[in-house]
Amino acid sequence: MGGRDSKLVLLDENGIRCDGRKVDETRKISIKAGVLKNANGSAYIEFGDNKIIVGVFGPRDVHPKHLSDTDTGILRCRYHMSPFSVTERKNPAPSRREIEIGKVIKEALKPAVMLEKFPRTAVDVYVEVLQADGGTRCAALDAASVALADAGIPMRDLVSACAAGKVADTIILDVGNEEDQAGQADMPIGYMPNLGQITLLQLDGVLTPDEFKKCVETGVDGCKQIYEIQKQALKDKFFGNGVV
Amino acid sequence: MATTSILDKLKRNKINDLLEKGQRFDGRAFDEHRPLTIETGVIPHANGSARVRLGDTEVVTGIKIQPDRPFPDMGDKGIFICTAEILPLAHPTAEPGPPGEDVIELARVVDRGIRESGMIDVSQLVLEKNKSVIAIFADNSVIDHDGNLFDACSYASTAAILTCKIPKWEMQDEVPTLVEGQTSDPPITTIPVSVTMARIGDHILVDPNSDEWTCMDARITITTNSDGNVCALQKGGNNGFTPEQIMKCLETSRTIGAEIRKKLEQVRQGS
Repeated sequence: MGGRDSKLVLLDENGIRCDGRKVDETRKISIKAGVLKNANGSAYIEFGDNKIIVGVFGPRDVHPKHLSDTDTGILRCRYHMSPFSVTERKNPAPSRREIEIGKVIKEALKPAVMLEKFPRTAVDVYVEVLQADGGTRCAALDAASVALADAGIPMRDLVSACAAGKVADTIILDVGNEEDQAGQADMPIGYMPNLGQITLLQLDGVLTPDEFKKCVETGVDGCKQIYEIQKQALKDKFFGNGVV
Repeated sequence: MATTSILDKLKRNKINDLLEKGQRFDGRAFDEHRPLTIETGVIPHANGSARVRLGDTEVVTGIKIQPDRPFPDMGDKGIFICTAEILPLAHPTAEPGPPGEDVIELARVVDRGIRESGMIDVSQLVLEKNKSVIAIFADNSVIDHDGNLFDACSYASTAAILTCKIPKWEMQDEVPTLVEGQTSDPPITTIPVSVTMARIGDHILVDPNSDEWTCMDARITITTNSDGNVCALQKGGNNGFTPEQIMKCLETSRTIGAEIRKKLEQVRQGS
């Protein structure tokens, strides 16, 4: 969104990006599973300067009741940004953008969760963006799938997410905030690494068919890197320090 | 939209059986969209308008153009905003009231396709930098819902924008004042065309109707510009695509998109 003609040098002659990263390098990512006492599952992610916490409840009774499905469980997702998460205070009421992101995260997670095992129940995923710095939907999805696994909900695969994009006519991995504002294209990707399925895919900005292909490949590679971090977060919680 | 019913399940079985034989429920080829008719200038009170039928899906779009204050960080650009509403008369399950997440997604995907293509050169819509700009609103009203509202709304918005006339304003005492009787054509740089495809099993179907829509595994909407490049994309639905399927969808969206773009160009010539 917004101005695409900033004076910022997005990519220097040595192929180094405005925040010092190489073209195929993600920001620093850390994930911790099981950070909340009351939620059935939870995770906290720091993805560059993004700080996001996710709590999962369920499978539990569905309220309101008419939403329940006799054949399968349902998955609901709320994506919300704290008023203090961005430079200008954000109105705490849910915006259209947040509702759309909640929907795409839900649809990205659904194929991974075995909801059919829990008919007439709901699994609620609550995402709270405490600090936003570009690429929140991917970071939120990474944390949400760890939180679902932490809740012990049967899953076919984890969903790993990372954006790819285009700045200064070059395809890059993990689009940062400045790069999103001033860059040419941003493509968030959610991917199930073991099943080889893309479950979240969006694109803003113009790409030729060849660039498009490279962008998808770059993003999927990024997702595979993040998958390892997600697995480690779960191992740390369940097998860390010899204490289960 | 509707929850699973027995009828949906029966239909789903029938649709799947036919797909295995290489056929669709309504007899179309997999990469064939429904008959598309585009009428423009249907609402003379609007600055531009279009009525689009895509099979039995029908949308009326009106363009309203008025001076406005620019967004704080974009004082040198005009404003383009696209909205969508499914009217309660469009479908038994559509209800009046605040928009649900499906409708919000619809409006945002249609808006994104047009915005990201740079179809309207908004830098030419400035009356006075940082003070006053021209705002173009494209409001889509779905009046009959038979699936794939994304493309129907997108074609209707595009056709209405292509054929709209922008009134002339002049700054007088720092207030934009309408100059009667003078209009100009909108600053168009490219024609974006969205193509929505459903995946049912291993099959990719262009322009799913509502039966196919209720039983699809996943969908993807790809918008291409006049150069055949991709400018926006949205994956939806409760399942995924393999990277190979996505590449196939990309090719399909470029060929089908080029076909539909010809139609939109004719609409523009005819205005």
